[in-house]
Amino acid sequence: MRQALEGSQAVARAVASCRPGVVAAYPITPQTHIVENISKLVADGLCDCEMVSVESEFSAASVVLGAAATGSRAYTATSSQGILLMAEVLYNIAGMRIPLVLTCANRAVSAPISIWNDQQDSMAVRDAGWIQLYCADNQEATDATVQAFRIAERMELPVMVCMDGFVLTHTMEPIDLPDQDQVDGFLPPYHFSRTLDSGHPMTLGGLAGPDYYAEIRHAHHRALLASETEIVSADRDWAELTGRASGGLLAVEGDADAELAVLAIGSVVGTLREAMQEYEGAKAKLIKLRCFRPFPVEALQQACRGVRRLIVLERALSPGGGGILGTEVRAALSELSDPPVVYNYAVGLGGRDVPMDLYPRLLEAVESGQGERFSIFDVELEKLPEEDR
Amino acid sequence: MAVPETESMQDLRQRQPRFSGLESGHRACQGCGQALAARLVTEAAGPDVMIANATGCLEVFTTAWPQSAWRVPWMHSVFENAAAIAAGMEAALKVQGRQSKVLAFGGDGGTFDIGFQALSGMLERNHNVLYVCFDNEAYMNTGIQRSSSTPHAAMTTTSPPGKRRMGKRHLKKDLLSIISAHHIPYAASSSVAYPADIRRKVRRAMAIEGPTFLMIHSPCPLGWGHEGALTIEVARLAVQTGLFPVIELERGTLTDCMPIRELHPVTEYLKLQQRFRHLFAPDDPRATEELEHLQALADYNIDTYGLRGERPDPLDTEGADTVHRGGKVS
Repeated sequence: MRQALEGSQAVARAVASCRPGVVAAYPITPQTHIVENISKLVADGLCDCEMVSVESEFSAASVVLGAAATGSRAYTATSSQGILLMAEVLYNIAGMRIPLVLTCANRAVSAPISIWNDQQDSMAVRDAGWIQLYCADNQEATDATVQAFRIAERMELPVMVCMDGFVLTHTMEPIDLPDQDQVDGFLPPYHFSRTLDSGHPMTLGGLAGPDYYAEIRHAHHRALLASETEIVSADRDWAELTGRASGGLLAVEGDADAELAVLAIGSVVGTLREAMQEYEGAKAKLIKLRCFRPFPVEALQQACRGVRRLIVLERALSPGGGGILGTEVRAALSELSDPPVVYNYAVGLGGRDVPMDLYPRLLEAVESGQGERFSIFDVELEKLPEEDR
Repeated sequence: MAVPETESMQDLRQRQPRFSGLESGHRACQGCGQALAARLVTEAAGPDVMIANATGCLEVFTTAWPQSAWRVPWMHSVFENAAAIAAGMEAALKVQGRQSKVLAFGGDGGTFDIGFQALSGMLERNHNVLYVCFDNEAYMNTGIQRSSSTPHAAMTTTSPPGKRRMGKRHLKKDLLSIISAHHIPYAASSSVAYPADIRRKVRRAMAIEGPTFLMIHSPCPLGWGHEGALTIEVARLAVQTGLFPVIELERGTLTDCMPIRELHPVTEYLKLQQRFRHLFAPDDPRATEELEHLQALADYNIDTYGLRGERPDPLDTEGADTVHRGGKVS
């Protein structure tokens, strides 16, 4: 049934419908509404879980790790500084192959302190060994939350569902919430093969010497690569059940034969979709990258066949390096015999508005045909002293 | 040895106290106080437990893959989150209606210092967890660096004595008072020199539904600089000099202590250990001053906790071989 819900509220309701055993979280803007909404659902008896209000994000990640290893479906959510404080535990969770789900309400990282949206936080932990799914709108965030639990539990890998802070978390949209029966049919009761149980004692998280470490890392890498199939099938099965698909690994919209393509992740996709209809003229296609980890190399190569110019938009950067997404896209496409010229831009950093007229400005910028290694597209250099421009 | 699947939890409980959650054959140093203390704790706690272990010697010497010395469910995550991992385990057990008791193990670094926040949070949220700190008074796993538990004037690799220093400049943190200020049901200290005392306190804590804390003084022969064969003697002298008070606190109030019948001067304890050898340098007035300082700290403990006494032996552990949990006799 479609209801007008705030993004955070919809995600909280989706989490509750997955029947978590333990939820642990710590308040941080713009994630706070998610944990507030879950707390209220627990208080009203609509979510029968242990809600652990911890003293830090570090402990939030640790509590859900302990709970998932002890046989309970577990969930946490955070943003920005919170995800960085969790970082050590995030690597640990993934290395131990613990299935749990985390929502990252994407926010810029300090300094300068900013509560507003970009994706520097989840990008900073891209190598932690988690699956990362990026949501273009709140319906996708709702659906991805349920899918994430199934993917996590089947693969024994943690899943991070990334949704843009404020732009999605604090925005009301009509949302189709899945019925409890639909979720129960899609997501079986939690099962973890290495559950801690005194009847069958097991040691988790032991030391690995140089004779085993590389093999364990290899297995983890292979598991992430193999999860592509699971991510696709979760989205397909969900579409059969609800009629809604989010695009699996990535989705291509617009003119299939276009020689110009724009690749983006997160809520910018929605803006671009509208803009491409508004500003007709250029023949272009839109590539919505939903899955960033594992990085869907083959699907991306497929989507870029015949493309001459590719604009890669991202909301984060690796200072001194350049674009994060752009660099990976370039590497993946370099295997093609005739790869497109890539224009890599960061936009919307620290909550800067990404308006519809970004699109015609991009079209103008790529007319050169020379490509752009990386730049911040919407930077206003006149605000900086001469030496910093 | 794996636990045979045919044995029920009830059968395993019947085998107590012979059951030990920590098997021999691990890689601890000779005379390791922590290994002995951990064995005593797991023996007293029985098989129906699960352990969250902080990073440290105990984790390293018991688990190198593909081997494990643990016969109970055991999990290590990172250095500073043993209490939070334990809290998550306990929350999961609670929501599933399972009855195992959760223990958290950490060294003094993981408890006094880096894991202190998570520990405080776990106590404040009233999780049903017994946290055991094996206190060997420095970061031994990384090679003997000072922690906030290192005693005043002790030599470590980051508090070396020299022309301008006499070892650690600061006092040992009074962690038990801080723990006790959380008004948890039970907090206690013990020493590896008194196995019966450890067993009694573990059983007492196991019977309590709620957060409990036990700090066990555990000499490290390598880090303290004494022969492995002297671990028990050194640990006993720490208690008998008053430098390590063995006490019990309930809901924030001191309720009992191990009385010292025969008081020893601190020098008897200190001179056995290389970490204090600079305090015995001849003709160094700074050494004399520090020895006086340490004796004053011991006198303060004796006075504060009322450690002098001829009271009945607290090691009388009548009924110690029965585990009570949650008020029920198992």
